[in-house]
Amino acid sequence: MTTNLSSVAAMNVGTAPTVTNKGATLSVRHLNVYYNKTTLVVGDVSMDFEPNTITALIGPSGCGKSTLIRTFNRMHETLRGARAEGEVLLDGENIYAPSADPVRIRRRVGMVFQKPNPFPSMSIYDNVIAGLKLNGVRQSRAEYDVIVENCLRQAALWDEVKNKLKDSGGSLSGGQMQRLCIARALAVEPEIILLDEPCSALDPIATLKIEELLQQLVEKYTIIMVTHNMQQASRASEKTAFLMADEKRVGHLIEYALTSDIFTRPKDRRTEDYISGRFG
Amino acid sequence: MAQIAAPLSRQAVLAAELPRYSARRLTNNIASLILLALTVLSVLFLVLIVGFVLVRGISTIFPTVDGHLTFNTDYFTQSGAAPGQTNADGTPYAGGVLNGIIGTLEMLAFGAILAVPIGLGTAIYLSEYSVGQLGEIVRFVVNLLAGLPSVLVGLFIWALLIHGINGDGSGILGYSGLAGGLSLAIIIIPIVASSVESILMLVPSELREAGYALGLPKWRVILRIVLPTVGGGVATGILLSLARAAGETAPLILTVGGANQFVNTDLLQPMSAMTLQIYNYATSAFKTQQDQAWGNALVLVALIAMFSAAVRLITSRKQYDN
Repeated sequence: MTTNLSSVAAMNVGTAPTVTNKGATLSVRHLNVYYNKTTLVVGDVSMDFEPNTITALIGPSGCGKSTLIRTFNRMHETLRGARAEGEVLLDGENIYAPSADPVRIRRRVGMVFQKPNPFPSMSIYDNVIAGLKLNGVRQSRAEYDVIVENCLRQAALWDEVKNKLKDSGGSLSGGQMQRLCIARALAVEPEIILLDEPCSALDPIATLKIEELLQQLVEKYTIIMVTHNMQQASRASEKTAFLMADEKRVGHLIEYALTSDIFTRPKDRRTEDYISGRFG
Repeated sequence: MAQIAAPLSRQAVLAAELPRYSARRLTNNIASLILLALTVLSVLFLVLIVGFVLVRGISTIFPTVDGHLTFNTDYFTQSGAAPGQTNADGTPYAGGVLNGIIGTLEMLAFGAILAVPIGLGTAIYLSEYSVGQLGEIVRFVVNLLAGLPSVLVGLFIWALLIHGINGDGSGILGYSGLAGGLSLAIIIIPIVASSVESILMLVPSELREAGYALGLPKWRVILRIVLPTVGGGVATGILLSLARAAGETAPLILTVGGANQFVNTDLLQPMSAMTLQIYNYATSAFKTQQDQAWGNALVLVALIAMFSAAVRLITSRKQYDN
């Protein structure tokens, strides 16, 4: 891991990132998530995500981990009828307060999805600055150039695409597309990056590249990642939360601790059963 | 458990299947022959129509004079000839169909300007905003409208605007390009709405979510991400609806009236249209007018072929890559 990390660092030599922001804290208080008026899918979750830390959410299929992460940028409610109750505090500010604007929150909490989804109608270059350009942030060509290079370097993609920035984002490989999506998320300078099973559509080499990349990004961002891959959680995260659905198919937070503790001395029997492969 | 019979050897199975296999092959061949014949039959009608139009139309637009192929410039630059008008050599003068071409283009443009935004808006509402039953009802009505016989659209405009709802001829409009353009608009709206809606549905929700995740408001996601992703398909839907409207005759008979013999660009006055000229001239007593009906048929076919070619060009260039 360490040797791999240095290779990523080598790519970044000479381009001290200009972004100086730090990751934000995210605190979840008694969060209940519903699919419609009555169907509860995640029940009473309370937890704190520490700044500049990679936290992995793990658990068997249907435990609500993807649903939970989608409430952290209010993406969940874009599904018809879906809603959440409780508090999610972004640096102390409740993103579910009546006055909170989901559009503004999503600029502060970026998201990378399971399936790489670059905009097919845009070039690689335009994909990176899509969040700025389409939000009406007017910059000069030169400023955009700097942002594009910076974000692509941070996403460890610059060297592979610097000669074809005008090509369609759809011309890249799956792993490159996913790194393009990360670069696109970075361009709007979020404080938190949510990743919903970012590597499940990727091959092992592309997966490793993304994991290495996350180790770089965590210096500036708070990273929360859903993964169904326990090895990935143990390799890439500092803290791990284990979720599981009860007999009513409502997901609950079972255990939340340092990744090393979760995988070596879990406190809850269900966590132990899951990580030792007895179910799920 | 019952004793399972000893399996036949592979050779025995193959040998037993042999006669059945050749019978199966025969059935297969017959079936594909029948299907081929049916396909040929359906293509045959198209070939016959286009062939007929080509032969008769070309002899109108490119007449053979003294053994030389010529181009009938008057056909595109003149309107209908006055009765009894003759050429210098005493043969009957045919005139041209400029009045029809201008009428068709003007009414189509008017209809499109009116209908395309409405159709697009409906499509976007249905695919991006509509919830539950209301959306279902609107979708049902749109599909119903798209399948409505066009003569009913003409009848509606005629009854509402020309004949008047009192049924005494007190409508606010006379037979006019405006009334014709309105009826074309009503034909275009549901076709654009339903074709564009089904295209917008093809855009995966992940792309919309990617837009939301960047902090884009919904309308910007629609305008800058969803629509450009299927821009080619949207343009195709619009072009096909225009091609369909360009070929409409029945609603124009009821709203534009008999073909105006003169070039008219005033939408409030009676106009002509290429389809109206076909309708009026085909059964005319004059050979020159019958020829013009075929000439117009050729021009319309060429116009629709051009629309299709444009569609091909657009879709081959910009295809959504999933």
